[in-house]
Amino acid sequence: MIANRKVLTDDMVARIEALAPRYPTKQALTLPALHIVHDELRHVPLDAVVEIARLLDLAPAEVQDTLTFYQFFHQEKPHGKVRAFVCRSISCALRGGEQVLDHLCEKAGIKPGETTGDGALTVEPAECLGACDFAPCMLAGDDLHKDLTPEKAEAFLDSVRGRTS
Amino acid sequence: MTDTGSFQPVLLEAVGVENGHSIDNYRSRGGYAPLEKLLAEKQPAEVVEMVKSSGLRGRGGAGFMTGVKWTFLPKDHPGPIYLCVNADESEPGTFNNRILMEDDPHQILEGTIISAYATRASTAYIYLRYEYPQSWNSLQAAIDEAYAAGYLGKNIKGSGFSLDIYLHRGAAAYICGEETGLIESLEGKRAWPRIKPPFPAIEGAFRKPTVVNNIETLACVAQIARRGVDWFRSIGIPADPNNPRDPGSYGPKLYCLSGHVEKPGCYEAQLGITARDLIDQFGGGVWKGRRAKAVIPGGISMGLMTEDELDTPLDFAGPGKVGCLGLGTAAVVVVDETVSIVDFLHNSCRFFAHESCGQCTPCREGTSWSLRMLERIRAGKGRLKDLDLLAEIGSTMGMMPGSTICGLADGAAWPIKNAIAKFRDEFEQYIKESNPTGYMETDPVPALPIVTAH
Repeated sequence: MIANRKVLTDDMVARIEALAPRYPTKQALTLPALHIVHDELRHVPLDAVVEIARLLDLAPAEVQDTLTFYQFFHQEKPHGKVRAFVCRSISCALRGGEQVLDHLCEKAGIKPGETTGDGALTVEPAECLGACDFAPCMLAGDDLHKDLTPEKAEAFLDSVRGRTS
Repeated sequence: MTDTGSFQPVLLEAVGVENGHSIDNYRSRGGYAPLEKLLAEKQPAEVVEMVKSSGLRGRGGAGFMTGVKWTFLPKDHPGPIYLCVNADESEPGTFNNRILMEDDPHQILEGTIISAYATRASTAYIYLRYEYPQSWNSLQAAIDEAYAAGYLGKNIKGSGFSLDIYLHRGAAAYICGEETGLIESLEGKRAWPRIKPPFPAIEGAFRKPTVVNNIETLACVAQIARRGVDWFRSIGIPADPNNPRDPGSYGPKLYCLSGHVEKPGCYEAQLGITARDLIDQFGGGVWKGRRAKAVIPGGISMGLMTEDELDTPLDFAGPGKVGCLGLGTAAVVVVDETVSIVDFLHNSCRFFAHESCGQCTPCREGTSWSLRMLERIRAGKGRLKDLDLLAEIGSTMGMMPGSTICGLADGAAWPIKNAIAKFRDEFEQYIKESNPTGYMETDPVPALPIVTAH
């Protein structure tokens, strides 16, 4: 056990260590560890990077290098309680995806990539979500929102606001 | 018109079937019996030979012969050997892996177990993109069922063969679909593709021999084991007898049809159906009664076909004959006549500028410059010279001109090259009309800030 942890809980450490037998190196646990922390904290602060590095016998820079390469991980501050990825790649763009993104952001009072003031929602543009049969689409949490329209996006926004107010 | 004959979908047989994802349903359709038979009766080398003789070519995009890839593994290696399953499906327009994983995960697992047996792999990692949470749940449930039924774990069905399968979650990066980028990512690093050789078969994941196969490829392996090599070779386009280097295009293929069609969806057909038949017979035609302006043959990186080229057969050799990069993932995206080709190319360039991993300068800079030029053209400051500059970028970045480590830049270059070659008049007209006083300018001009890239 590592003393003086500020961010990683015993539970997070236990979940990371439980995956260790799957991989021949500790470094391979980097992405799983980042996901475990990110799932709970909605970001991976620098202190967590240092603690993951210690856990995996890596330099903090190695973990930070990996973290910053992937679009997925937030670091400076947590993303909103709901994180919505709106697809802007070609199949969705052809069927109005960018209008959906713009409309959702306008109604939420944010720019793409930002979080609402109440911390309820982060809207991020995404590259192909692999659901082009339901274009335009959006992934919010584990839910795939299909065949979006500006109206459906607004209803989604209302449901997010209702959930957190 | 493509003769669909007696073709019956097999890869998609579980779609729409109640509990099609369960192990009981899979077994009731004949699943796992081929695996048990093969473990009892065939040596790994015989399984490699079976897949090799089927003519199966990888479904992930490159179309390399799967069985031949397996033979590159060193003989008598003490192990461990790894099998990486590429489920980082990210090519714009492509979603067939998602459907296979969600609706028929045991087909994937059986194909994985057979492939691991053939390659003597003791561990398989399924590298699954973050964006597919339902696939994750479906696959994990299937893996748990397969362990409980004795198809995974130690000494599978008394054969002495042992295999563990683990899911590994990606973090939203297109480059992880490149096989050595995937391996680097699996190892916990940034997904920078490796210089080859050594190829993964010699030195791959954790510096051990490694095979990387796509989800749909593994589904085909399961079907070949169930239905036989002759069945597989009876479907598709045979090898060209006049071209000894053509391995043919055998088997069923999942075509993802999206964009401006009436019925977008994933459709199974014999390799070699024409784009027009796919759009008309499966997709219900171009939407709103319009005409197609252009069609992507296999994911955005493959380039563009014009309306006149829609009778091109979508086999491995077809799209290349009309100047496209290849069949790619067979994701067919229809662009109707109302779309500006400038907007289309802007979308493509933005995608690749965003997804370039930044390792090789020609790709990092080329994708970014091409996006900046499209931004400038769309801002009414385009010059005719920009088209030459774009074409130059398109012909100088990539593995084919020999300037990059992986094929991402070729994929970025092809839409640029095809769009400018096939729609140059429209680009010129757009530039002249939107920048009537400056379109002839040839001196260097400052780039505009990119406003929509991130």
